[in-house]
Formats: sequence, structure tokens, C-alpha cells
Amino acid sequence: MGRLSVNLCGIELDNPVIPASGTFGYGYEFAELYDINELGTFSFKGTTKDPRFGNPTPRIAECTAGMINAVGLQNPGVEKVISEELPKLKKCFNKKVMANVSGFAVEDYAYTCEMLDKQEQVGWLEVNVSCPNVHGGGMSFGTNPEAAAEVTAAVKKVTTKPVIIKLSPNVTDIVAIAKACEAAGADGISLINTLLGMRIDLKTKKPVIANKMGGFSGSAIFPVAVRMVYQVANAVDIPVVGMGGVTTAEDVVELMLAGATAVEVGAANLIDPMASKNIIDDLPRVMDKYGINNLNDITGGAK
Amino acid sequence: MKQSIFTITENTQLTATVFRMKLKGDVSDITSSGQFVNIKLDGLYLRRPISVCDCEDDVLTLIYKVVGKGTEQMAKMQAGEKLDILTGLGNGYNTELSGDKPVLLGGGVGVPPLYMLCKKLIAQGKAVSVVLGFNTKDEIFCEEDFKALGAKVYVATADGSYGIKGFVTDALKEIDYTYFYTCGPEPMLKALYKATQTSGQFSFEERMGCGFGACMGCSCKTVSGYKRICKDGPVLEKEEILWAD
Repeated sequence: MGRLSVNLCGIELDNPVIPASGTFGYGYEFAELYDINELGTFSFKGTTKDPRFGNPTPRIAECTAGMINAVGLQNPGVEKVISEELPKLKKCFNKKVMANVSGFAVEDYAYTCEMLDKQEQVGWLEVNVSCPNVHGGGMSFGTNPEAAAEVTAAVKKVTTKPVIIKLSPNVTDIVAIAKACEAAGADGISLINTLLGMRIDLKTKKPVIANKMGGFSGSAIFPVAVRMVYQVANAVDIPVVGMGGVTTAEDVVELMLAGATAVEVGAANLIDPMASKNIIDDLPRVMDKYGINNLNDITGGAK
Repeated sequence: MKQSIFTITENTQLTATVFRMKLKGDVSDITSSGQFVNIKLDGLYLRRPISVCDCEDDVLTLIYKVVGKGTEQMAKMQAGEKLDILTGLGNGYNTELSGDKPVLLGGGVGVPPLYMLCKKLIAQGKAVSVVLGFNTKDEIFCEEDFKALGAKVYVATADGSYGIKGFVTDALKEIDYTYFYTCGPEPMLKALYKATQTSGQFSFEERMGCGFGACMGCSCKTVSGYKRICKDGPVLEKEEILWAD
């Protein structure tokens, strides 16, 4: 075990850095620039039962230290992900990948997870009950403890691999939702998805994004992530994957001190396609600077 | 795609709002005209996608219009300053389909990517016509540059203050062509879609997140399925276009 390695739900990661779903596609674009096997793993583009085009454009708006997106879960559907994307991914990635799943009904989640659970390349299922950009699904399951628990239980029933539930920060009490997922059998919790945001163009006097609102991400949201990871990690006994505005190796250490076992990097990949690799390369220097021997030891160190 | 640091060697004002920036750096990933670069600017979160006007040896030429915070910042930059740039983005124009008499039609700040395309087509021995469309005489740029390449150049101004009065579609009526290439504002592209008699290629613009195909921020529907403007475009062939409305 290297000094960067961590164990996420029974699977060892060489390092805790995981590009977040929706910011890394299926990996190929980044594989042009570096060997993506250097990553802990990555979470692939959110997959649904049926193919989706997503929302009309514009889907992107710039913010101070961040951005808003309203892509709306564009993806080719689970069948094509399995028949086309996973075989292509196999050529550039030989580790277990995290399969990110979204849905519009409990049965959709269960169906898609059951299909992906059977894929040898998939190590974990990350179940997104927190997408702010689709109507009648996604986030509506993650804003109420009973609905989040129902999705968790339905997925657990038909799968064998670790199930990590990805939570929305757009709630009054994230701890109650995390606990409900844990009670329903979740193997881990990942958070935070994007914060619901909006921008208005002063020239046109209209919302910048066609869908009007979207998910705010980027370094600006990092303190919210630290707070919520801290709250959830102190309330549950299952591993927490932290994310939200992570840009540097220092941010990774900070989220781990707050209680994260592993850390996802999102919007930073879009601005600097080398971001995740640079963070991994910089981790030993930051660990030395702060007297950390093994990353595995620091999770939840900030009390 | 390549990420590298470029050094500005020149940043010249061409009109009230249009600037030409030349930069020295690694242009090895720029393989086709019509591609774009994505520029990181201090204090701004998203990179700024700008089409490649020309690239030769280790010099990259960009012509950009000041339209917002990013381009305002670029306009203030001086020779010697450095920029973090992603190069080799987008598919670019395919010159093999041009026939022997292609016409290139550019509107406003859609003109620059046609420059390197024109250069390539002329090098291939083709008789190139170029139509440049602007609102008014004061906004015209690049007319002499295209002439110097050996293209037959037509300029149209909407207010008739220079050249042909009207739009690029009005100038097109006079031209005998085998194929067309265009870049410009969407109303112009739509008008050309209707007015052109041959096949051709259109370069599109969209708000982008990453610019290299990862975020799905700039997707569009086409006859051949969903495409990302940044990765599968920005150039689409006439036959595959589905207009959004």
C-alpha cells in the first residue's frame, strides 16, 4: 500500500482522487493528454435507462470562481454505455470505474444499476439522487429522506457491488437524508452535487441558461462542501466521498480531514484538463508540508 | 489537444472592437483550418474559445472581437505576456470537398477562421472567391489579407457604405462556385443555408464549458445524431444540420 492509497468500500484505490461524473465524459478526451490509470478511479457520465439529449443550449454560464451548467443528463442510455462506451474505455483504463446512474422513477434506477452491476469493469455504483437539471427526477429523490431511502433499497436489492448515494446540497437537512440512505443499505455517501444557481444577462435581460437555472460548481462552493462532508461524516458509519469545488491537493487533504475517504474533482477538469493528474502529483508535497505520512490515516481528523 | 504556454508577440487593434493577436508557442496540434483554441485568462473561471485565423511555424494568429470581460482583458494585453492555451480543438474545415471553385463567406468576426482555409485552398490550386460581410465600412478588416493570398474578394456592407450594399447572400448571386464554406452569426448561416445551390460547411458557435468534449455543454441535434459543437464541430456539413427552432 502506497502512502496515497485509500480503501473505498472494500476496493483499494492507489490515491483518493476521482474525477467527478459529468466532467470527465467516458475518459477518452483526457486519455489523449495523460495515462488515466494514474487516477484513483473516475465516475463516468451520468447514465439513465433511456438515451437523453438533455436540455436546450445555452447550457453553461460563467460565475465568479465557478460555473453553472444545465446539461440535463445527456447520455446514450445504459444499453449503449455497456455495448459501446465500456469496451472503448477498456482500451485506456484498466482499473475499476465508478458507474454513475440517474433516473426518473425508482424502477429506472434499479434497472440501470442492475445492468451496470453485471459489468466486470464497474467497481462501484454511484447513484445520483441529486441532479438539479431534470424535471420530475434526479434531485426530487434526494430532497426527501423517504424517497432517497426508497431508491437506495431498490438498487441494493438488485446489485452486488458497493452502492454510493450521491446527495444534493439543496436541502434543509442533509444529515437526515444521509442517515436514511445508510439505514436503507447504502455502502457509501458522496456529496455535494451542484448548488442550484442562476445568472441573468444584462444585455438581453434574460436568464443566460435556456433552462433558466442550473447547477453551480467550481472553487466557490468548496466551503459548502467541507461543511456538509463534515456534518454527514460525523453522522454516518459508512464511507463518505467528498466533492465540490476541489481544485488543489490542499483541498483534497482538507475534505479528507472533514471526513472524506476519497475525493472527487469536478469542474476543475473542464478548466484544466490536467487538473486531476496535477492534484495527484502534488499530494506528496502537500502531505510532507503538513506532516502527513499516509492519507489513509487522516479521514475525519478534524474534530 | 495540447495544453501549452504561448507568448504574445503582437496585439494590434484593427477596428473599433476587433484586435489581432499573434502568439509564439507550440502549434503542432493545430491540424486544420476552422479549429479553435481555448484561452485561460486571469480571474475568469471559464476559458475563452477563439477560432484560429492562421498558424505557421510557431506563430498562432487570432483575430477577436471585444464582446465581454474575457476579450476586454485580451485587448489590454501586451507583447511579452504569456497565456495558457489549449490547442487543436474542434474538427475544422474539410478542404477535400471544395471542387475547383469554392466560395468562402464570412460575417463580422466569423471572417478570421476563413483566412487559413483560404490559404490552404489556394495552395491546392483552387480558384477561391471570398465574401466578407460587415454592417458598415468602419468594421471592415482582412480585405487586403485575402486579396494578398490571391482570392477574388467581395465585400458586402448592410448599410451600403462600402462594396455591395446588402448581405453576403446578395454578393453570392454574382459568384459561380462549386462548394461553400462559411462562418458567422446564426441568421447569416440560416440565410446561406437557403440561398446556396451547392453543398457546403458551416462553422457554429455555442457557449462552451470545457471546449474539448467532456462536459456536453454545447451539444446540438444533427441528422447524424447528437454532436458536441466543440469536439464533433464546430464545422458541420450542410446535409447534417438541423436548425434548433
